Amino acid sequence: MIELSDYLMLGGVLFAISVAGIFINRKNLIVLLMCIELMLLAVNTNFIAYSHFLGDMSGQIFVFFILTVAAAEAAIGLAILVVLFRNRRTIDVEDLDALKG
Amino acid sequence: MGFEKFLFYVLAATLIAAAGMVVTRRNPVHAVLFLVVAFFSSAMLWMLLEAEFLAISLVLVYVGAVLVLFLFVIMMLDVDIATLKAQFIRHLPLALVVGVIMLVEIFLVVGPGNFGGESFPNPAPQGPDYNNTRELGLLLYSSYLYPFEIAAVILLVAIVAAIRLTLRHRPDTKYLDPSKQVYVRKGPDRVQLIRVPPEPRRVPPTATPTSGVEDEA
Repeated sequence: MIELSDYLMLGGVLFAISVAGIFINRKNLIVLLMCIELMLLAVNTNFIAYSHFLGDMSGQIFVFFILTVAAAEAAIGLAILVVLFRNRRTIDVEDLDALKG
Repeated sequence: MGFEKFLFYVLAATLIAAAGMVVTRRNPVHAVLFLVVAFFSSAMLWMLLEAEFLAISLVLVYVGAVLVLFLFVIMMLDVDIATLKAQFIRHLPLALVVGVIMLVEIFLVVGPGNFGGESFPNPAPQGPDYNNTRELGLLLYSSYLYPFEIAAVILLVAIVAAIRLTLRHRPDTKYLDPSKQVYVRKGPDRVQLIRVPPEPRRVPPTATPTSGVEDEA
């Protein structure tokens, strides 16, 4: 049978891939947003696995709320991206140095 | 190895391969399409965990709405891909080091020694009359009603913010302002009817006798 640690390790692999993706795609803001979506997917998989193996439905409720917040985050992030591209003609992270950070 | 285990390994391999393609593709459109594959196989994994409602809503909400939004934005922006991925290789060793370190740490914690079948045995499968949507709804509309309302407000704020951010007024667009229209006074502001002399009828320059003459007459 499939054990809880299988699902948790799958979530860990997914999370590590998306963290590596954030380092690789330092220049493209859209792919950075996609990596964040992948991270949330890994976390949601962990939540559902725990919910199944502990017999507690609260984990699925949490996934429900995470999906809501992630959809709102994607909408606002893409809106900011569109405005940014309209003003600066680029979505390269290293060109966005107006704040001198 | 049972069929369920086989299914798990197939779906997990698809998910990891698709995630790897998402972070390494040069073309963002291809990355989004692989993200669709990743989300879909993840939804099927959630089906294996008896979370049917969330699996279906992941496909509907994420693949159907959010990733299509990503596709729209990518195709609208017309980004120069070649310059974006020019320094792709430069950050690769750092990414590999950080990823492998995180992976080893996660495996040390959540490995089969701590979260294996001994400490977390498989629960009995639910019967055929088990309704995941009903259970979720009973919990959501009783214990979690207040967070549910807050989630609705968050979505409303996101709608307003996204519309306000991308709204722009172009000075060359002609449009009617209703708040100015209601202030129209009787007299000079109203519509005036002007007599326009009718345009003289245009005669075709060369009326050929074969066709068109009968129509004119």
